[in-house]
Amino acid sequence: MKRQLMVFVKQVPDTKNVSGEAMTPEGTVNRSALPAIFNPEDLNALELGLQLKERYNFKVTVATMGPPNAAEVLRECLYRGADEAILITDRAFAGADTLATSYALSCCAKTVGNVELILCGRQAIDGDTAQVGPQIAEKLNIPQIAYVEEVISLSDKVIKAKRAIEGGYEILESPLPTLLTVIDANEPRSASAKGIMKYKKAKTRSEIHKLMRDADYTDAQALADKENEMMAKNLWIHEWDAAKIQADVNRIGLKGSPTKVKKIENVVLKAGKVVSIEPTEAGINGLIRELIEDHTLG
Amino acid sequence: MSNYFTDNKDLQFTLANLELEEVVSLRENNYKQAEEFDYAPENYADAKDNYKRVLELVGEISGERIAPRARVVDEEGPHFENNKVTYHPLTVKNLEELRNAEVFGVMLPRRYGGLNFPVTIYTMMTEMVSRADASLQNLFGLQDIAETINEFGTEEQKQKYLPRFASGEADGSMDLTEPDSGSDLQSVRLKATLDPKTNQWYLDGMKRFITNGCAKVHLVLARSEEGTSDGRGLSMFICEAGPELVVRRIEHKLGIHGVATAELQYNRVPAELCGQRKRGLIKYVMSLMNGARVGISAQALGIAEAAYREARKYAAERKQFKTAIEEFPPVFSMLASMKMEIMAARALLYETTKMVDLRNVYNSIVEHGKAEEVTPEHKQKDKLYTRIAAVLTPMSKAFATEMSNRVCYQGIQIHGGTGYMKDFNAERFYRDARITNIYEGTTQLQHVAAIGGIMQRVLDPLMDEIAGLPFHGKLKRLSTYVDEMRKKQQTAVQYVAEKKDSTYYDLVTKHLVDMETYVFVGYLMLRDALKDSERELFAERYILDAVPEFDRSYAVVMSGDVTLIDNYRELIDY
Repeated sequence: MKRQLMVFVKQVPDTKNVSGEAMTPEGTVNRSALPAIFNPEDLNALELGLQLKERYNFKVTVATMGPPNAAEVLRECLYRGADEAILITDRAFAGADTLATSYALSCCAKTVGNVELILCGRQAIDGDTAQVGPQIAEKLNIPQIAYVEEVISLSDKVIKAKRAIEGGYEILESPLPTLLTVIDANEPRSASAKGIMKYKKAKTRSEIHKLMRDADYTDAQALADKENEMMAKNLWIHEWDAAKIQADVNRIGLKGSPTKVKKIENVVLKAGKVVSIEPTEAGINGLIRELIEDHTLG
Repeated sequence: MSNYFTDNKDLQFTLANLELEEVVSLRENNYKQAEEFDYAPENYADAKDNYKRVLELVGEISGERIAPRARVVDEEGPHFENNKVTYHPLTVKNLEELRNAEVFGVMLPRRYGGLNFPVTIYTMMTEMVSRADASLQNLFGLQDIAETINEFGTEEQKQKYLPRFASGEADGSMDLTEPDSGSDLQSVRLKATLDPKTNQWYLDGMKRFITNGCAKVHLVLARSEEGTSDGRGLSMFICEAGPELVVRRIEHKLGIHGVATAELQYNRVPAELCGQRKRGLIKYVMSLMNGARVGISAQALGIAEAAYREARKYAAERKQFKTAIEEFPPVFSMLASMKMEIMAARALLYETTKMVDLRNVYNSIVEHGKAEEVTPEHKQKDKLYTRIAAVLTPMSKAFATEMSNRVCYQGIQIHGGTGYMKDFNAERFYRDARITNIYEGTTQLQHVAAIGGIMQRVLDPLMDEIAGLPFHGKLKRLSTYVDEMRKKQQTAVQYVAEKKDSTYYDLVTKHLVDMETYVFVGYLMLRDALKDSERELFAERYILDAVPEFDRSYAVVMSGDVTLIDNYRELIDY
């Protein structure tokens, strides 16, 4: 059997391209105004995972927790070379903070089993907490190396990785299994043409059922046949709910989330005043005078 | 974040409105390939979706990755030392990314690792890559070489070379030009000799101006028939880089700095014959060049698009007299004319590629299909589309490459003094565009290639079809202008034919080709406006601009003025 690593990824609102009000009046993120994208540092984690696949012949399983349409981010992983994809989705997961999220993801890793390496992006651009990766490691009771730039070597039992620290880097060794959080230090590969054409057809069970309903095939046998066909063609995205990953219902979703948002403030950053100074003797003298007056100079 | 596909409305319109169903269902063998290959489309909608997605991918790589590196690649270029060419590290990176994206065997059959896409889609990719870095197109666009081996090589040769091209492991070059054989390829001298004992061919001689002459696999035009001096003594060969094939030097060029243009010396280089003896120039090189001409048209179009975008941005940001310069009529008229020329060239180019695609599928049935399955209809269509593509390919290249030069010229003009400086990209586009109307046949040669079909009115049936569309209102009025131009064009053609003066014919060829282009593109713009009312504006602008230009050329042709022919010596020698 192949060695196995997992990459946890997240679909996030594109905070750089806000096309309208980013927050709803109720103070939650207005997802409809923000296109969903692949969390940038998760792409770095995936890239590292795919490099390890090439170097050490790993099987790469990707997983994400989210609503049904988060399957898109998993297809993006398949386009780039991931081997298997899992969508962790259940209404019971809704409203999770980092504690509940990391618990659910750790349950997913346990369900997959025999995972030697877990890779996460350092942080997601929507919350910027950088908590989920380290918390997964804690819950699985495995070591972790955060802020990883690259993997230097990997044997059957030990991984050696270079991680960024303030003003430099350090090289750490850790026994396997271990968890790495990865920073923006590699160049994520693009999708491949054949990957896109093949895996655009990869679907979750819910997506298959919807397609079949739209085409008026609703009997159980037809659905089962289609599911089997998709599995046989390796176009199957696993869809796991809370029961499947054996999650304690009290530790997931809103129930398992002690974080309560008190208030969200919309901070508007304003540019400072722009002053245009003529390139003349008088203009320059005026500028120097002003700089002396406000003690920038002298 | 820039994606050169999703930021280009005109290109997306083109893809959405191309009717490629006939081409695709034939190429896909009625979608039977889907049973064998998991990335083959199951139907036309699936195929179109594939094209769109893969174009988005190439658009993203072009806009996000390749374009930001283009300036450094242009400034530093490849390195040449001890007869070895080393490409710039950023060029190497560009190629690696395109290889990872699996777009090096775009048109090749799937059984060799290709994507089996039509020429049209491949051409859209070359347009986007060129917009990002024109010189990279000279490496990306060498896929026509693999295409030629696929078309004319033996099964053994295909299996040997095509998977290497498709994976991007091997790159290619087409070695045609020699110091004394440029436009006149019939006079090629590089010698091919057959060792009768071993049945092995060897090549000896020189080639010059060879784009990517440091390639791993070379297609070489060589004289295989001793004692001949014309095109019928030439054959085509495949050879590989090795110690006998020496890169003597690389050229210092005005533009396309990122790609090496080499002088090659062949010292008894072992080679394989590709196709049949004596058909090297007349059949295979003509086919290879026609493919490459489409690629260069796309390169020119991509450069023009890049030049336009930067000029447009500059004109909006640059203020003089407290006004953005785009608001001044001399500036906005330049921008509008650049935009219209780009749209016109794009309409013509992708109409051309569609015809090339149709020719390719029918030609493939006629040449390679099972004899009992080839119908008279197949043969007739093969003939028809071959004739049409033979006119449109040079017409499109002449128009797109001259257009690109005009647009890049205006691009600098809009930037003013800034555009003359190396700090902006405008001057790079201007330098890069300048080769497009020279290589793969100068514009003057494109005119020669197109004129025969124009005299025979090969495009008239296509124009009849569009002229018969139900235009109303403004479009109706505009269509009468185009109909009127076409009538005049027919008159001019008849006038020149009846004059039976070959020098006059050569002299006015340029005008007749330009006039045909105005008329044909006018019809294409009308057709597109009928599909999307937003485009009525473009049809109007194009046609209203075309009429006076057309009339000027018409007046020249109909003048019958031969004084230049009589006096040119005195004029140029004074």
